[in-house]
Amino acid sequence: MTADATLASLSTGLRERRYSSVELTQAALARIARTQPELNTLITVTGEAALASAAAADRQLAAGTAGPLTGVPMIHKDIFCTTGVLTTCGSRMLSNFVSPYDAHIVTRLKDAGMVMLGKANMDEFAMGSSNETSYFGPVKNPWDTSRVPGGSSGGSAAAVAARLAPLATASDTGGSIRQPAALCGVTGIKPTYGRVSRYGMIAFASSLDQAGVITVSAEDAALTLQAMAGFDPRDSTSVDVPVPDYAAELQQPLAGLRIGVLREFFGEGLQPAIEGPVREALATWQRLGATVIEVSLPSLPLSVATYYVVAPAEASSNLARFDGVRFGHRCDKPRDLMDLYKRSRAEGFGAEVKRRIITGTYVLSAGYFDAYYLKAQRVRALITADFKRAFAEVDVLVGPTTPTTAFGLGDKTSDPITMYLNDIYTIGANMAGLPAMSIPCGLADGLPVGVQLIGPHFAEGRLLAAAHAFQRETDWHLRTPAGVSADFAAGETR
Amino acid sequence: MSLTPKQIESIAHLARLELDVADVPRYAESISSILRLVSELEGVNTGDVAPMAHPLEGQVQRLRADAVTSGNLRETLQGNAPQTEAGLYLVPKVIE
Repeated sequence: MTADATLASLSTGLRERRYSSVELTQAALARIARTQPELNTLITVTGEAALASAAAADRQLAAGTAGPLTGVPMIHKDIFCTTGVLTTCGSRMLSNFVSPYDAHIVTRLKDAGMVMLGKANMDEFAMGSSNETSYFGPVKNPWDTSRVPGGSSGGSAAAVAARLAPLATASDTGGSIRQPAALCGVTGIKPTYGRVSRYGMIAFASSLDQAGVITVSAEDAALTLQAMAGFDPRDSTSVDVPVPDYAAELQQPLAGLRIGVLREFFGEGLQPAIEGPVREALATWQRLGATVIEVSLPSLPLSVATYYVVAPAEASSNLARFDGVRFGHRCDKPRDLMDLYKRSRAEGFGAEVKRRIITGTYVLSAGYFDAYYLKAQRVRALITADFKRAFAEVDVLVGPTTPTTAFGLGDKTSDPITMYLNDIYTIGANMAGLPAMSIPCGLADGLPVGVQLIGPHFAEGRLLAAAHAFQRETDWHLRTPAGVSADFAAGETR
Repeated sequence: MSLTPKQIESIAHLARLELDVADVPRYAESISSILRLVSELEGVNTGDVAPMAHPLEGQVQRLRADAVTSGNLRETLQGNAPQTEAGLYLVPKVIE
């Protein structure tokens, strides 16, 4: 393994004084400056503040008061509010919004001594699967800059893939952590609904949204999740369930683990180039002592249809707050209040966001609510029941994360349905509020392939352990795009 | 299920969105295709299945006391406002 290729190794390197946090931060900022014109991973770079927090981290390291994350540089998805720093959610609507407060996980990671380098680009209001809906322009996939990084956390995934930082926060409503993680060859975890507080995370679809993280390895995800997870009274969906010791859970033996292979995820539409590496990953887990059986969740294929009622409905409600009155974009010279609302919103939101607001407004309108929203919530109950039945027989469900590898920029922007079908394998976990991960398991024509693990509620430790065991046997997670050094501390430090 | 440009305009009004007239047919077409995708749900037998209200079984959203938890942040918060005067948010005149 390359030295200092992960957050865990950087943590050790800082403690052993092989480099300082300021040196690591300078190296990261230099990498950002070099790659930003081509990759467009960040919306805002906070260089000065980063160097100041790195200096503070170095003092903690010297005083012996540092924790495992102290001094490690990181990036926040621009959906998380950061005090005094532009927080745009990838939208023109918030292109002038300087947050007056920190999101819960921003506070948590700051308290843990992490150094924020900046804010990651993303699909506008997290609505998209290619990062092409961002007001700030698309992000490019570091493996092939003619291709998309996935979305909506495309900036976060591309930043970790380009080794700008060992971790970037992210959010997942229908696959927005796992799909870009798969397309960029990095590790991503969407925790259980309610496991990580969403306070200060700009809302998209409240019954589906969950905050998580994108990292190089499962071990790094465990370290970060440890700091992020836990009860927060400021999020009414935050769950008061004790947070286990994820580092300890990583060491769980794999022997006897029952893996269910999702039959519905291996049908028509799955690229053979994806199926091969996913089947090989299953074989690896089998060699490590897991048993593999096929399971069927007959309602699962209804997830996409259900999602495109529930998510737009909730989005139309959440985005009603952007009215041009108290914050955000306001149109020039409004004739009256109605004109102010309508033009501010029309100018502030991009086409995909408007499409979802209109769809959501329609399915919630009088006379249609029962046929659409209520029906979708009933089907959602069926999907959830399918998962529950499956988890009576198996410990983890496994399948591909995405049907294809990264597609070309502009390939799917003309038809929303083809874009939506990128999330066909990831939406199910959001429907049922389940924890799920994507980890790299191969390359197809030089492009990363991800394998997805889905667990029962609060079984993050089990997913992390299975992923960690896989990553001890393989090195897919340590592969980097051509020209990208796998060593975070290499080159630009002393 | 498909929506006409006229229906799109009236829903956009409900959503307080001023659509460019030239864009309306495109929205009608793409949203109609979304509704066709969604129509898959019509045929699903949901019998007496209760609509899901929360992703975690038995969980309900917590309520809190309606009490002040932070100080007066008016100036900080109004720093993001498009237009204020004397601590008030300004909008076009509503009442003549």
